[in-house]
Amino acid sequence: MISNDGDAAAKDLTALMSRFTAYIGKRLPTDVQEKLADLRSKETHPLAKAVYESMKENQEAADRLDRPSCQDTGVIQYFISAGAQFPLLGQLEEILREATLEATRNGPLRHNAVETFDEKNTGTNVGSKIPWLDWEIVPNDDSATIDVYMAGGGCTLPGASKVLMPGEGYEGVAEFVFDVITSRGVNACPPLLVGVGVSTSAETAARLSKKAILRPVNSFHGNSNAAKMEKLLEEGLNEVGLGPQGLTGNASVMGVNIESSARHPSTIGVAVSTGCWAHRRGRIKINADLSYEIISHQGVVL
Amino acid sequence: MKKILTTPLRDEDLAALNIGDVVYLTGQLVTCRDVAHRRLIELGRELPVDLKGGAIFHAGPIVRQKEDGDYEMVSIGPTNSMRMEKFEKEFIRQTGVKLVVGKGGMGPETAAGCAENNAVHAIFPGGCAVLAATKVERIEGAEWKDLGMPETLWINRVVEFGPLIISIDTRGNNLIEQNKARFNERKKPILERINAEVRFIS
Repeated sequence: MISNDGDAAAKDLTALMSRFTAYIGKRLPTDVQEKLADLRSKETHPLAKAVYESMKENQEAADRLDRPSCQDTGVIQYFISAGAQFPLLGQLEEILREATLEATRNGPLRHNAVETFDEKNTGTNVGSKIPWLDWEIVPNDDSATIDVYMAGGGCTLPGASKVLMPGEGYEGVAEFVFDVITSRGVNACPPLLVGVGVSTSAETAARLSKKAILRPVNSFHGNSNAAKMEKLLEEGLNEVGLGPQGLTGNASVMGVNIESSARHPSTIGVAVSTGCWAHRRGRIKINADLSYEIISHQGVVL
Repeated sequence: MKKILTTPLRDEDLAALNIGDVVYLTGQLVTCRDVAHRRLIELGRELPVDLKGGAIFHAGPIVRQKEDGDYEMVSIGPTNSMRMEKFEKEFIRQTGVKLVVGKGGMGPETAAGCAENNAVHAIFPGGCAVLAATKVERIEGAEWKDLGMPETLWINRVVEFGPLIISIDTRGNNLIEQNKARFNERKKPILERINAEVRFIS
């Protein structure tokens, strides 16, 4: 329990984050909604059109009935970019754990935390290191920006990471992405948002690939070669034509986002993370006075 | 025109179906996934529901118990069917189930089971769990509740439940396997083109 002087503020932030966490399970972010509407309107295969129609109906029903749009509300992950002067920095871990518990009761969210080795579902949706927290500290800043992500089973399964030899080059990166998506992406509820990490080792690439699917669907990498590769991969994967649910269609993906770092001269770390069509993530910016702005969803009232 | 199947299903109801056809189901649909399959096939326990001519759904729903004790279906989307591949052929033979609903494709064993027993596998669109819940008129029963909410055999009365996309027909044709083969064929020339443009190491 939280028992410091900042009690009232911590309580307020817990309540806010619990409402936001539950909310993102019910309504897709604006960029994803717009992309799905765009893909739906351009689809020409009759079967794929019917599936897009079902997806739309489902989101409308979830909205109307105020229910989680997919029964798999995932493992809750928070990606935090916190200013070093954010007043609740030291309490944030506990606040987000409490927020997950509360969102699970009120959402409701499915109980998705199974303790490894004991192999028991905790029955609360929290467990060892779950919710998962990822930290970045920003100097000279007193706000915090938090991405909430529901990592469902289906969209998590294709995840893969590998270290290539430089001789394999970016050609090896493209082949790796295609292999993962055409073999394992088919069952991960396409059209997918594909995140690619290009980095130095297995775990740095893996982390960046997940950060990549937190970026808006239609955003681009700041480096022109990387942005070119995003576009080539997106167009190439769409040409394969997985269609919604892998049933064949005009598109395979909502987009391909690459995140990168410098690398060791002898290695190219590459990783892929996928977001399903029901890509449930949300971004919220919290100021030092706890006023907030929801960046991912337009026109939200929590 | 919606093609609506009604339980109990007969061989002649399914004979004309082809992979890629879209159908809907009215009648009884029983959730049945990993552990229920394992109990019947590996542990030899008798299934507490008669599935002859019936339909099962690979799904682990969110169910709410109301104050009067009745159950309400909140959210019921399909789970990956492939996990049941190991059991499904024998499951179909032993139970006489005619329609298996889930997500993604199944493999050659299930396709053989469908061909031998005049059964089909169908895909309900993944992620559409609230849409599915609105097609459940009521929950008529729950068996093997000791397995917990996701694995319980929930016996649902459904009305025009769908769309159900036939992915394995009674002749053993397999839509997703055919699609995967085609996707892999298309991949090669596309990659050659991309690779010519990403030689950033030079």
